[in-house]
Amino acid sequence: MPRVVVSVMPKPEILDPQGKAVHGALARLGVTGVTDVRQGKRFELEVDGEVTDSRLAEIHDLAERLLSNPVIENYAVSVDPVETPSAAEPAATTGAPR
Amino acid sequence: MRIGVVTFPGSLDDVDAARAVRLAGGDPVPLWHADHSLQGVDAVILPGGFSYGDYLRCGAIASFAPVMTEVVAGALEGMPVLGICNGFQILCEAHLLPGALIRNEERRFICRDQRLRIESTSTAWTSGYAAGAEVTIVLKNGEGGFVADEPTLDRLEGEGQVVARYLGGNPNGSARNIAGIANERGNVVGLMPHPEHAVEELTGAGTDGLPFFTSVIRSFVTA
Repeated sequence: MPRVVVSVMPKPEILDPQGKAVHGALARLGVTGVTDVRQGKRFELEVDGEVTDSRLAEIHDLAERLLSNPVIENYAVSVDPVETPSAAEPAATTGAPR
Repeated sequence: MRIGVVTFPGSLDDVDAARAVRLAGGDPVPLWHADHSLQGVDAVILPGGFSYGDYLRCGAIASFAPVMTEVVAGALEGMPVLGICNGFQILCEAHLLPGALIRNEERRFICRDQRLRIESTSTAWTSGYAAGAEVTIVLKNGEGGFVADEPTLDRLEGEGQVVARYLGGNPNGSARNIAGIANERGNVVGLMPHPEHAVEELTGAGTDGLPFFTSVIRSFVTA
């Protein structure tokens, strides 16, 4: 069964307190050289049947209306090609801002 | 005057909001999130809490609750709607108010008596305040940082839609110290502090919150 991945990230200009907290922990672990951390969400949608253009359009709509809040977040939709846990980097299409 | 108070799964302050309505002289009407009826109420309050566990985003899932179809339709026709804390978040997610609320800048949950300035008295919920009144109302939130893009903030300021502003320091990182806003018409108000917890000397930080409830009741009596 194909899987569509929607990743949601806070917009660059929006403060991300969670990412800041994670970034703060890096120094305590002795990790240097990481200049910033942003934390987002990843949704995995199991799709029944083929991922058609209309199905993808539907998922884009869902991503914009429910999975993300366009005021504070950007989203990207990608299709996992096969059912392998460590699939190669899928081609991503980014949601256009409103 | 009958004022509906919506209970979502995870609402916490619905009983306090109903009590505030009663103390202000109104008739509170309990409304249920899964119903498609407002039972003919004259106004609606979306209370504070953690609707649907605040999963996904604060207020996001509640904004799609069945009762919200009627609340949105009523609000667009001019029915007064007040969203307090989580209710404010729901109003933003439902696009009845612009902007969004994000996690507090200091990453801590805040619970304290908060000084505020009432910036607009031309809304359905603040007409009973003196212009520029400084009041103390309980603030308790984890995700109360109001954000919107600069043009939206400028428009809110220019059109007098900023309803209340924090005094004595910014508690949660809100843009321009904004604690509450209204829609253009002034019938929909979202507020991060909790006026329903400031309606009685015995149980709260004074009675500075009571005019939110008496304002809307008086506007109906005189209408």
